[in-house]
Amino acid sequence: MEFLDVLPLMIMQWVRTQLDMIMPVWGAEAIVAVIKIILLLAVGIAPVIAFTWAERKTLARAQDRFGPNVAGPYGLVVAFADAIKILTKEDVTPAAADSIVFRLAPGLILVPALLVLAVVPFGRGMVAADLNVGILYAVAMGSVTVLGVLSASWSSRNKYSLVSAFRSLAQLVSYEVPMAFALLAVVLASGSLSTVRIVEAQVVPFAISMPLAALIYFLSSLAEANRSPFDMLESESEIVAGLNLEYSGMRFAMFYIAEYLHIFLVAALTTTLFLGGYKGPLLPGWVWFFGKSLLVVFVVLWIRTTWPRIRLDYLLDFAWKFLVPLGMANLVLVAIAYRLASNPYLAAGLSLVGNLVILLLAGGILVLVARRSQSRRLRAVVLGEA
Amino acid sequence: MEDSQTVAALQDEHIDTESISINFGPHHPSTHGVFRMVVRLDGETVVDVEPKIGYLHRGIEKLAEERTYLQIIPLVDRLDYVCPMTNEQAFCLAVEKLGAIEVPERAEYIRVIMAELTRIMSHVLAVGFLWNELGATFTPMIYAYRQREYLQDLFELASGARMFHNYMRPGGVVADLPDGWVARARKQLAEFERFLDQFETLMTENEIFLARTIDVGVLPPELAINCGISGPVLRATGVAYDLRRADPYSIYERFKFEIPTRSHGDTFDRYCQYFAEMRQSLSIIHQALNRLPVGPVFNEKAKRLRLPAGEAYGHIESPKGDLGFYIVSDGKPQPYRFHIRSTCLLNLTALRQMVIGQKLQDLVIIFGSLNVTMADIDR
Repeated sequence: MEFLDVLPLMIMQWVRTQLDMIMPVWGAEAIVAVIKIILLLAVGIAPVIAFTWAERKTLARAQDRFGPNVAGPYGLVVAFADAIKILTKEDVTPAAADSIVFRLAPGLILVPALLVLAVVPFGRGMVAADLNVGILYAVAMGSVTVLGVLSASWSSRNKYSLVSAFRSLAQLVSYEVPMAFALLAVVLASGSLSTVRIVEAQVVPFAISMPLAALIYFLSSLAEANRSPFDMLESESEIVAGLNLEYSGMRFAMFYIAEYLHIFLVAALTTTLFLGGYKGPLLPGWVWFFGKSLLVVFVVLWIRTTWPRIRLDYLLDFAWKFLVPLGMANLVLVAIAYRLASNPYLAAGLSLVGNLVILLLAGGILVLVARRSQSRRLRAVVLGEA
Repeated sequence: MEDSQTVAALQDEHIDTESISINFGPHHPSTHGVFRMVVRLDGETVVDVEPKIGYLHRGIEKLAEERTYLQIIPLVDRLDYVCPMTNEQAFCLAVEKLGAIEVPERAEYIRVIMAELTRIMSHVLAVGFLWNELGATFTPMIYAYRQREYLQDLFELASGARMFHNYMRPGGVVADLPDGWVARARKQLAEFERFLDQFETLMTENEIFLARTIDVGVLPPELAINCGISGPVLRATGVAYDLRRADPYSIYERFKFEIPTRSHGDTFDRYCQYFAEMRQSLSIIHQALNRLPVGPVFNEKAKRLRLPAGEAYGHIESPKGDLGFYIVSDGKPQPYRFHIRSTCLLNLTALRQMVIGQKLQDLVIIFGSLNVTMADIDR
């Protein structure tokens, strides 16, 4: 197992030694970097192909359907069929659209998502760039996506897309705040912004020591990735497809890829930050990493098949009036807990207890408020009164 | 001078925003066909709505004047294609009134069973589509659709068609129920009852659902009555008006059933109203199946159908509400004038008052909760 764990690293090492023998250091360095980039792209795109299938299959199963089952065994190559279909479509730029921005926008959405992959530790030592500001970098790249979404929806010169642009600004910017609070708690507890150090610092996964932060992060990143129940930007029952309404062909494919890449990033970052990343007994690290990620992906898809979409004003209320105060409370709590206790297990325990207390309090307040505003109606629901 | 203006503008705290108008439809995923609304939006808030209809106009009223009464039945099937059986029933009622045609006992029972099955089918679709418009990616809709397919199996067994049945005739129904139909219907209804319980447990108390439907799209009872709204949409406002009681037709006096009402008239109440009515319909069908008499299903005297000169209006409680057919005959095989009191058209009239001031997302679900079919509106 130890051997499997480091096998990818050993191969990389071997390639490097071979290269060093035949060329100067800078050449070898460059070639290794290129190999890493290609590997990263492969690791980034492969889940997209897998998730296309997984999403359809999960949705279909939840809905008592078979899902894709014609293209290949169990419909496994449906993603390729999709790709061929999309690539053969005409690439249309609407006459009234701002053509330069319109053409650039899909790239602006896809590229930052790919860039975040650089700081994701896929296994022990398997990270493309162990930045000491890794988390900050990931959040910053997430913010660039907002720009891409905005320019795509605004430049289309379609009114549905314009509504989507308003929504994107309100939603994506709002949800970065609670997300930052959740991330700060992680950074405080682990004492580092580097993703690798954060994974190493999790003697107890942060999802256990601070479930609140994990919850806030997961919900905010769902909103950031524009997933149900926060899929406001392309809510098909209201604004048809929102930001990607006017896109076709390869440009649409880039949105498509970016969407699935975002799911993967939500899963990968949640795994790294809260589920202990590649750590786990027996199996090689990278197996653990992908296993945990797949679990998170499943939860994302599960939510999608079962929940209705939330309304925009409730969405913003939820961020500012609920998640942000919770995030702040959690941050203070984590700061105190990890300062008081030097033993990581003790600190995790303290933090967990505090988290549960906050969750109970918040839940209590929420129930009280909900009761006050809806008591009449809720009673009617529960008792089945007219 | 300018300073004071700025100060005044600031004190006013009014930011001038530009509203945009969006062409909502005619091709839009949640307009139940080809409905077009010119929506004026201020941000996300709906300022004004101008409904535009007529994209599905087929001139059924005029077409009917060229056809014999039997040939009209397939036409009325295509009015509200979600509930064809009740369209046929209403039309046959009008013709039977004019021609004073007796309907055999067994045929009346079969008609009631079919009409109530249709009501269930229409309501379950309404609920399913409402969830779809709420953004629950197809799952509840497909659950609802599955039940609809089972009910359509029953229709298919009886009439030979899944959607446009062409089953009822002035003077009865075209064919008797096949062997084993009653047992199969019982089995299917038991299954449907389980489905209702399951669906309500899974969905109705969902927090997002409650937040999005309670107090959204409130329809006051006065407005509903003034607009001529009928059916579940009216009853959800608290008015217990149901033609099965108010103007009894067929054999509805013989069955025990309640007329459920709600009191607030919002989207949530309409949603619950559909469930309550489905349960009542189930009870009516069970009673009818238990008492189903034996005998002929068609009055042979009605075979050569020629109506005397005169006029008749027959209306029934269709799943959507008060559906009426007005027939003027001059003694020829074709009607001289044929008019449809379209339920959906009248139910749609209050849409503008209901959505102004609501959010864009609410507009979609309010429209969905009215449960209209464009084919019925445009005719």
